[in-house]
Amino acid sequence: MPGAKEIRGKIASIKSTQKITKAMEMVAASKMRKAQDRMRAARPYAEKMHDVIGHLRLANPDYRHPWLVERPVKSVGLIVISTDRGLAGSLNVNVFKQALTTIREWQGQGAQVQLCLVGSKGLQFFRRLKLPIAASITHLGDRPHVADFIGTVKVMLDAYSEGKIDRLYLINAEFVNTMSQKPVVRQLLPAEVVKSADLQERWEYIYEPSAAELMEGLLMRYVESQVYRGAVENVACEMAARMVAMKSATDNAGKLIDELQLIYNKARQAAITKEISEIVGGAAAV
Amino acid sequence: MATIHVDIVSAEGQIYSGKAAMVFVPAVQGEIGIAPRHAPLLTTLKAGEVRVQPAEGGDELGFYVGGGALEIQPQRVTVLADTAMRAKDIDEAAAQAAKQRAEEALKNAKDQIELAEAQAELARAAAQFKALQRLRKTPTA
Repeated sequence: MPGAKEIRGKIASIKSTQKITKAMEMVAASKMRKAQDRMRAARPYAEKMHDVIGHLRLANPDYRHPWLVERPVKSVGLIVISTDRGLAGSLNVNVFKQALTTIREWQGQGAQVQLCLVGSKGLQFFRRLKLPIAASITHLGDRPHVADFIGTVKVMLDAYSEGKIDRLYLINAEFVNTMSQKPVVRQLLPAEVVKSADLQERWEYIYEPSAAELMEGLLMRYVESQVYRGAVENVACEMAARMVAMKSATDNAGKLIDELQLIYNKARQAAITKEISEIVGGAAAV
Repeated sequence: MATIHVDIVSAEGQIYSGKAAMVFVPAVQGEIGIAPRHAPLLTTLKAGEVRVQPAEGGDELGFYVGGGALEIQPQRVTVLADTAMRAKDIDEAAAQAAKQRAEEALKNAKDQIELAEAQAELARAAAQFKALQRLRKTPTA
C-alpha cells in the first residue's frame, strides 16, 4: 500500500491538533465571559469617579489642575495595549496598525512620540522601531489588576507633569461583539472627564487635605482605572478573537481529515484491487 | 429613621451598595463617622476598615480598603477604594520597574527598523490573514 501508512500518520497528527484547537476554543469562550464580567464590574468605579471629579471641578471653577488643561502639542504619549500571546487572529495587527497611523499623524504635525507598551506582543513589535519606549509591562495574565498598572501609568503621568509629553492616548481593542473587535484611540490627558451640565447639584465641600491634592489623587486613579478598563477589554477581545480563530482552525482540521480519509480509502482500495488482480493473474497462469 | 446611601466601589468591582444608619471610614486625618445629612466632604482615605451599620439593623459590616477617596453628600456616601496598597515610594518603585523593563526590552532589540517598514510588514500580515480567510471560505475541491 503506497503511502497508506504516511496518510494514516498524518490523519492522526491532524486529529490531535484538532483536539488542541477545540480545547483552546472552549477555554477561550469561558475566559471571554469572565473577562466581560470584569469589564462590567469596572464600570461603577469609573462612573462614580467621573461624578466626583465633576463635582470637585464644579465646586472649584477657578482651579485648573495641569492634567485638565489643554496645551500646545509638541510631544505625545501613547499607551498601546496588546496581548501577551498569539493565536488570536488579526487582533494585535489591527491595534498596531491603528497605533502606527496615530504615530504618523502626530509625526506629520511635527510632534515627538513616546510609547508605553502593555503586553509582550506590543513590546516585540514596537521595540524594533526607532521610537522611545518610556515604560512597559508584560505578562499580566488573563486577570490584570489595577495594581499592575500603577507604575506604568505613573511614568506617563510624570512625563506629562514634567512637560515631556503634552497629550496621552490609550490604544486598545474595543469589544464590539464576539465576531468583531476594533481598535480605538482614547484621550487620557488632558482628561476630558466633565460634562458640568449633567451635574445639577452644587455642594460646598469641606476638603481634607486641599482641593489640589485631592484632584491629583482622583485624576491619577481615574487614568489608572481607564487603563485597567482598556486592559480588561483587551483580554475580552483577545479571548473572542482566539475563540473565532480556533473555531475556524478546528473546522479546517475537520475538512483536512475528511479529505485525507478519502485519499487513504482510495489508496487502500487500489492496493486491494492490485493484490486481487495479481492473485487472479497468478491462478490463471497455473 | 434617617438613612444614608453608601456605595463602596473599587476599580475591579462594586464592593457594597445599600442604605446605612451610620458609616465609619478611615480618613487620612483620622477615622470619621458619617451620619445621615453629614456636611459635604471630600477627602482621601488611608488603609483601614470601612464599617457600615445597615439601615435595617443587624450586624455591622466591615470592608478593608487599601486607601482611596471619599465623597460625602447629604444623602450619599461614595467610597472609591483602592485595591492595592498605595504610598509615594511604592508607586515610585513601580514606576522605576516599568521604566527598567522598557529599557531592557530595547537593549535586547536586535535590529531597528523605520516606521514605514513596520507599516509595510503589518499590511503584509493583514493581507496574508485575509487571503487565508478567503481560502477557508472557498470550498476545496
